[in-house]
Amino acid sequence: MTEKKNLLASGHKACPGCTVPIAVNKVLEATGKNVIVVTATGCLETFTSLIDFSSWEVPWITPLFENAAAVGAGVAAALEAKDGNERDTKVVAFGGDGSTYDIGFGALSGMLERNDNVIYVCYDNEAYMNTGVQRSSGTPFAATTTTSPCGEASFGNIKYKKNMPEIARAHGIHYVATAAISDLKDLKKKVEKAMAVKGASYLHILTPCNVGWGFPSEKSVEMARLTVNAGLFPIIEYTDGELTAVKKIKKIPVEDALFVQKRFKHLKKDEYAQQLKQVQAIADANIARYGL
Amino acid sequence: MGKTVKVMEGSMAVANAIRSCKTDVIAAYPISPQTHIVEYLSDFAANGELNGKYINVDSEFSASSFVYGASATGARSYTASSSQGLLLMTEVLYNIAGSRLPLVMTGVNRTVSPPISIQPDHQDTMTLRDVGFIQLHVESIQEAYDTHIQAFRIAEDHNVLLPVMVCMDGWILTHAYEPVTIFDDADVYKFVGGPIKPYQKMDPFDEKPVNYGCYADEDKLMEFKYLIMEAHKNAEKVIEDVALEYKETFGHFAGGLIDAYRTEDADVILVGMGSVTGTIRCAVDELRAEGKKVGLLKIRSFRPFPGRQIAAACAGARVVGVIDKALSLGYGGVLGAEVKEALCNQKNAPAVKDYIAGIGGKEVNRAVIKDIFADAEKVTKENILDQEVMYVNLNRQFVE
Repeated sequence: MTEKKNLLASGHKACPGCTVPIAVNKVLEATGKNVIVVTATGCLETFTSLIDFSSWEVPWITPLFENAAAVGAGVAAALEAKDGNERDTKVVAFGGDGSTYDIGFGALSGMLERNDNVIYVCYDNEAYMNTGVQRSSGTPFAATTTTSPCGEASFGNIKYKKNMPEIARAHGIHYVATAAISDLKDLKKKVEKAMAVKGASYLHILTPCNVGWGFPSEKSVEMARLTVNAGLFPIIEYTDGELTAVKKIKKIPVEDALFVQKRFKHLKKDEYAQQLKQVQAIADANIARYGL
Repeated sequence: MGKTVKVMEGSMAVANAIRSCKTDVIAAYPISPQTHIVEYLSDFAANGELNGKYINVDSEFSASSFVYGASATGARSYTASSSQGLLLMTEVLYNIAGSRLPLVMTGVNRTVSPPISIQPDHQDTMTLRDVGFIQLHVESIQEAYDTHIQAFRIAEDHNVLLPVMVCMDGWILTHAYEPVTIFDDADVYKFVGGPIKPYQKMDPFDEKPVNYGCYADEDKLMEFKYLIMEAHKNAEKVIEDVALEYKETFGHFAGGLIDAYRTEDADVILVGMGSVTGTIRCAVDELRAEGKKVGLLKIRSFRPFPGRQIAAACAGARVVGVIDKALSLGYGGVLGAEVKEALCNQKNAPAVKDYIAGIGGKEVNRAVIKDIFADAEKVTKENILDQEVMYVNLNRQFVE
């Protein structure tokens, strides 16, 4: 048996328990070496790219926080302009939730609308983890972060998590899918489907962060599984706008997923019973909408 | 050498240069007065006359990001913008220059809001002076055409590897019609060296794939900046050499780093950039006919800044006036400051007076230039400290 070589080499500086390298390596396992990777500024960039110690075994470029989609589109255009991309090189752009949901949203929308030949991957850890766990519009309702703390006048994040996969779908692209770190086979299969698309595709991966969510580092994969089974992160797939796959869940009450995370621990208190109910209502709506 | 002489709009001349260089990737987002350039390029694309890809994107930020990615993948790349659009690009422009990507863009000069206005001055590209781009300012439509072709050669030279911004005054040059000499595509393409030969590019089939954008700390970060400074130094010679080779090949020459016109025995020299230098040139001829010892120093390359060449050209002058079309608010004219810096350590340095002119499109015609020359003539080393700056034709009634 030969040793498998990861295209994101080991020795990088991710925190113990980080799930992002697992997701990235699974994506690159599907694409193989014939790929050019763009990453937005964020955790992934900083822990992989110390000069002279880069972990990237593939051509890689990190531009800025808000333009991974546009840079990826430029890379794809260059490949096309040169020789019609006759070697069929894939372009994968990675952005965190901050980059995808917030600051890079305009550039991403432009890339999806133009249907540029890029696989855009959002690795979603539900806050600005790289800068110390600040709230993004991917942060779930009632979660505490360093900029949405719980206090006398606050129960944490007051907004619902923005529905990025549905927004991506509304652009009319061929392939949109979500996946979680707890099911890597499903993730790989979805990357392979995205690769078959000529044009833009959008993949959204739940990558729990033990530092930001507040759980022991060995529980990362379990935390993804609990979030999915609670109905808080639907695993779905849209092909040409039609819902073509839904991962059935082993339903658990939301508190089973929330109470093991420090960011939701305040919801155990009676005074936040209303907010806990609201989270359950979000999960129930997801379950009903997608038939989870 | 095959050529065509046609009356055409300045924007069309630029679009022709970009087409003839067989630019691989063009990203465009409209803003006045850059719009005609991208409209002509989109016409070329629609008629199948463009060799590469033309893509309309969602913002100037994405336009600059798009060509950044394309250039890193080894494509000859181009974009253009003006004013607010250039400012929106700023963060990416640092990235492009910092990653040493040899693309070309047009900075169509327009003032910056507020008050909102689409009139020309140099505030936009002046704000970008520190991003690392080479900045070449052009005097005429013909020079705009010629300089865009030269720009690809300069940028892609392996001793340079810096992006080039060709700055041209909006409306005055982009929307004016003049007879322009356009050279045959094959000759232009040959001049730029045929297809781009990237120093490096992202290619999955490389044994050691290229990485762009690594993280660096204090032991290497200043070193990257130092290397950009060295590249700008190298660019000085390349800009001059390419201008001379262009002259040999096509017979056109509008200066290298600078263009000194009738400065040898001049008592008063006016320094400027862009289309105003054409106006100064005419005024110099007329004043010379009256026996006035006046000259023009056109700065063609604002970055790299040709301090030594400026000092040499001004060595014999008593007074240097600088036409400044941009302000560092809270300081004053930027070009004036840099010209002073170039002269301050020279023996018998001339007195330097700054003329803030043409801001927001305020008229600077030959009569205005002659007024400036007349004012400059009265400057002495003794009185200069009392009147270092003049706001030319300031509407006193409005501000008082």
